[in-house]
Amino acid sequence: MTPPQRQRRSPGQPPAVPPPADTPPKEGELRNPERLFVIGGEAGGERAADLDLVTLIVARADPPVSATPEQAAVLRLCAAPLSVAELSAYLSLPYSVVAVLLTDLLAAELVQARAPIVRQKVADRSLLEAVMHGLQKL
Amino acid sequence: MDFKSSDTIPGPRTEDRLPHTAEAAVKIVIVGGFGVGKTTMVGSVSEIRPLTTEETMTQAGIGIDDNFGSASKTATTVAMDFGRISITDQLVLYLFGTPGQERFWFLWNGLFEGALGAVVLVDTRRLEVSFDVMGRLEERGVPFVVAVNSFPDAPRYPVAELRTALDLPEEIPILDCDVRRRASSRDVLMTLMRFLHSLAMKGALT
Ligand SMILES: Nc1nc2c(ncn2[C@@H]2O[C@H](COP(=O)(O)OP(=O)(O)OP(=O)(O)O)[C@@H](O)[C@H]2O)c(=O)[nH]1
Ligand SMILES: [Mg+2]
Repeated sequence: MTPPQRQRRSPGQPPAVPPPADTPPKEGELRNPERLFVIGGEAGGERAADLDLVTLIVARADPPVSATPEQAAVLRLCAAPLSVAELSAYLSLPYSVVAVLLTDLLAAELVQARAPIVRQKVADRSLLEAVMHGLQKL
Repeated sequence: MDFKSSDTIPGPRTEDRLPHTAEAAVKIVIVGGFGVGKTTMVGSVSEIRPLTTEETMTQAGIGIDDNFGSASKTATTVAMDFGRISITDQLVLYLFGTPGQERFWFLWNGLFEGALGAVVLVDTRRLEVSFDVMGRLEERGVPFVVAVNSFPDAPRYPVAELRTALDLPEEIPILDCDVRRRASSRDVLMTLMRFLHSLAMKGALT
């Protein structure tokens, strides 16, 4: 039996052309999907756009009396560092809702955000070695 | 929003809390068509019970003539399983498994852009279900390895034949695995890391 054949794509190749507007979307499929929550953020402050699924969030203070229930929940959960993804999971809130919550908390300096290490053109070899070492212990 | 009182939200178990020294996280994405074993792989290597995060996507509804031109939008939820591995007291690795419709994953800001790399899982009974996502990774320049999740009744192809069928260059690792086994899933991740390391060596030379 011969396996089906794929064709390689190249970097920067424009994604496949979206279907013309008069093609009805398939069952359960949306046309031109976009994120539901568009995030603005305070000028000069840390914006939600700077957050990542794996940004680690740590509370800097106990919930003030003025905190909303959501904010209080975030502050309690982040007594120890917790990723935005984990917050979203424990709070059962979509990622971008959590990002908005965090934007306010960051502006109020109630939480601290620890940025992730993201892929670079030339990866940091010592970082990769540290990850390999950690996996070896698994 | 109907929000549960914060006292009733079960947070991480004590043993699942990260140390205060945790400074930064990295992530790896596990992709592939439906049912190839992504969730199983996340679960088998994660130190925490796998969790789910979701994002709500909506149709850009302007000008669409359902509801007689009203600006109603259809929302859909995209959910993602993830797990975690503590690398050191300072560094944490997160693994994201991406179910559902591929095209949504790539709208998830920074999911692929920031990832160190990706594991593409394939099932040789349905190789083609993983084609689209491989192309999308290539377009975005996300480095990946291919792991063949060995289901018992799946056809076995020699690696060379698979490489030709998948149209992959020689340097991209292709390996067999059983994602139900932690050691096997770990080997897949190690292979990805070694591959990334070799790319970094090459990058440093050019
Ligand atoms: N025999 C065998 N079964 C497996 C293996 N890996 C996964 N399965 C089974 O295959 C089914 C699908 O696995 P999942 O891990 O849910 O696959 P998935 O890629 O997350 O699926 P979707 O999220 O629906 O796309 C489950 O019933 C698994 O128990 C494997 O290595 N061998
Ligand atoms: Mg799954």
